[in-house]
Amino acid sequence: MAPYIGTSTSRVDGFAKVTGTAKYAAEFKLPGLAYGSVVTSTIAKGRIVRIDPSPALRVKGVLDVLTHENRPPMADNDQAYKDEVAPAGSPFRPLYDNRIMFNGQPIALVVAETSEIARFAASLVRVEHETDAHITDVYRGREAGTPVPAPTNPFEALFTPPKTRGRPEQALAAAAVRHAGEYYVPIEHHNPMELSAATVIYEANGKLTVYDKTQGVQNVQHYLCGVFGMKPEDVRVMSPFVGGAFGVGLRPQFEVVLAVLGARAMRRSVRVVLTRPQMYGLGYRPAMIQRIELGANTGGTLDAIMHDAITVTSQYEEYFRQETGWSGLLYKCANAKYAHRLARLDLPTSCDMRCPSAATALFALESAMDELAVALKLDPLELRLQCYSERDQNNDRPFSSKALRECYRQGAEAFGWHRRNPEPRSMRNAGDLVGFGMATGVWDAFQAPITVRIVLSANGHAEIACATSDIGTGTYTIMAQVAADTLGLPFENISIKLGDSSLPQSPVEGGSWMAASVCNGIATTADAIRDELLRLANQMPGSPLANMAPGQVALADGKLVSLSDASRSVSIADAMRHCDVDRIEQEKTTNPTDDPARAHNAHSAIFAEVNIDEQLGVIRVTRVVSAVAAGRILNTKTASSQILGSVVWGIGMALQEETLIDHRIGRIMNANIAEYHVPVNADIHDIRVIFVDEADDSNPLGIKGLGEIGIVGVAAAIANAVYHATGKRVRDLPITLDKLRL
Amino acid sequence: TTSVSLTVNGTRHALVLDSRTTLLDLLREHLDLTGTKKGCDQGQCGACTVLVDGRRVNSCLTFAVMYDGAQITTIEGLAAKGALHPLQQAFIENDAFQCGYCTPGQICSAAGLIAEGRAKTAEDIRELMSGNICRCGAYTNIVAAIQQVMGRS
Repeated sequence: MAPYIGTSTSRVDGFAKVTGTAKYAAEFKLPGLAYGSVVTSTIAKGRIVRIDPSPALRVKGVLDVLTHENRPPMADNDQAYKDEVAPAGSPFRPLYDNRIMFNGQPIALVVAETSEIARFAASLVRVEHETDAHITDVYRGREAGTPVPAPTNPFEALFTPPKTRGRPEQALAAAAVRHAGEYYVPIEHHNPMELSAATVIYEANGKLTVYDKTQGVQNVQHYLCGVFGMKPEDVRVMSPFVGGAFGVGLRPQFEVVLAVLGARAMRRSVRVVLTRPQMYGLGYRPAMIQRIELGANTGGTLDAIMHDAITVTSQYEEYFRQETGWSGLLYKCANAKYAHRLARLDLPTSCDMRCPSAATALFALESAMDELAVALKLDPLELRLQCYSERDQNNDRPFSSKALRECYRQGAEAFGWHRRNPEPRSMRNAGDLVGFGMATGVWDAFQAPITVRIVLSANGHAEIACATSDIGTGTYTIMAQVAADTLGLPFENISIKLGDSSLPQSPVEGGSWMAASVCNGIATTADAIRDELLRLANQMPGSPLANMAPGQVALADGKLVSLSDASRSVSIADAMRHCDVDRIEQEKTTNPTDDPARAHNAHSAIFAEVNIDEQLGVIRVTRVVSAVAAGRILNTKTASSQILGSVVWGIGMALQEETLIDHRIGRIMNANIAEYHVPVNADIHDIRVIFVDEADDSNPLGIKGLGEIGIVGVAAAIANAVYHATGKRVRDLPITLDKLRL
Repeated sequence: TTSVSLTVNGTRHALVLDSRTTLLDLLREHLDLTGTKKGCDQGQCGACTVLVDGRRVNSCLTFAVMYDGAQITTIEGLAAKGALHPLQQAFIENDAFQCGYCTPGQICSAAGLIAEGRAKTAEDIRELMSGNICRCGAYTNIVAAIQQVMGRS
């Protein structure tokens, strides 16, 4: 039987998705369901002085209006509201008290017999406020910004800037060639296609089954237990399908709190679906201002790197990720200094959004490297190769693997980089200005502890269970591939259960760690199944595997087979039948190997071509080549889709995406999917994905993960191509045509 | 309330509805046809695309009572006698989706597009499919899937 790992197997959930039978959080129907509609604040900061639900309550079909004054009890301490990935601070508590901390904050829930009635009645709730002065502009908030707090544990240390190396100020001052630039990335919103929704099924004994749009069912379960003082066995959270999330589903969001409040108040099942504008009251990619200074010698090697960032968080929590230190992984430089400050604004807490920190940091760094190449009169790719670092300089250690040189080589060749005329405005296509730009990508390769249960039946079918999520990444499919190979069974005989908090423990799905975590978890549990089968086989008289140790046999083609002599085997069915066993169940926890002596990273090289209409300034990204080194690729079809989608995100980041706030009232002006621009089909042209071979022994299957790496560097490659096409350097995203002024 | 009678995927339904009920909510909440998705409820994303008398329509942006006597086809009605519609099969083969939430709208829209007969090139497909947003960014594969089906028909 040929292995399934590494093939282009189509998604196992494809049939459900193309026929409309895949059910998402708002699609579980049951008798007596009530509908909740959310009322949100219209001021950015202050207090509710009076809230009058009576006009809403007079509408026929309205069941109740919940506010901070009449809601069911909730926990009164911060710890209860801390979820698995909560940053330091005091988490937001929906409908807790009269304080308003951001515009669009939920302040009431109208519950009615139908969604139409609830929505209409929500428009009738009258609110009087007292307003306080607010601040929502990062450029105003930067003055009061304070350094990110020092880490108190290894997890927090991942997010704080690396230590200073060498003597950066002196080295910069002495450098023959210097570049300094300030780069800006605006607030961006995730905008998954599925509206945030929770359907809470209220059972007669008060137990809850909650269908929520989340990337972590157990995270939501633990959170609800904390907030509502419930026992884990009384709250089951499910999300078999998630209509995109991109980070906004990592932390429990207010739709699920409101739906549970409604269900507990009414003692009946309640569904809450946020509107698209209300989803702009959830988390977002923080706006950031980054300043980079580079010092180089005339030969094109780096003497000094200074990278400062200021990023946005709320007034009540300190969200940040390691923004500034990525150059330490990429470019050899003896002197470096990093600083990161937080601007606290009257907005919700920022949060992870597809490739938090690297996507934004590498826009700044890779734009700056391009500017340095111009100053040095060097090819930008040549500069990167001359500065190539074989070590993680932030922690002075080697990489577990780093095939970035090969990414550069294969990407440049596929793109035709040699055809680039270094002179800006020198290349044309049918009258349009043509630009070639390139950039580098880097992301962490994580693995997290996870537990997987496998139930093998005597008929050769296996069920794999883990409380992970598939947010469109292809988790269902790669789990089935790995299970088929490690259990030696046909792919069709594998069934996958996930997205259910009652299944074995899983972390939230994010950070690109799930593939490595859950797939190695399956391999661990499959080994336990093999061991148990060997024990059974050796109870058979004259077993051809007698006296063999577990490490001497493998599961293949429905049999236990000796690794040294393939003719010696026992079929799974025979072993189980002989011992009168009809099912074998194993549940094992897999912990990642502790390996601090090496850095674990995925890398990429991105090459972009833009065509720009000189009269109108319209930019089209006509070609992108993304060459990725990310360890073993489990499924070439779904992996390629991950990178294609990330490149689309990078195009959006470069040219379109920006959340606009009217700072006078502290309110988002484009809180919808027509005025917040995301790429549509006509914006996307030729994208080619290359996976560079890369062996890595950080985990048994050699997996690094792919969810984030594809977006990193794309915005910079496009910005660099825009410079090459036009001679204009745009350092603040998105690059809209008004900024080109050709 | 208003009475409306319409045919959905070949089945006739006579209903009395809150006049404010959109065609989308009729399908999702009253007929339990949740294959048609709500992505914005403002006609901006295309996830709710269905075929009304063969034409593609954003079902969130229209009231159900406007369709008395109409023939509606949703994603649940595209597959004939259990066999996948060629577009459904091509979407699977080309991995033209990830999270799957925009997918029913994309497929219904593509079916409408092919019936319109206006798209001749990949560029035409991109332009005429731009009312259907895919945040996962599966556009290149969506175009490949549609081209595959257009090439056959």
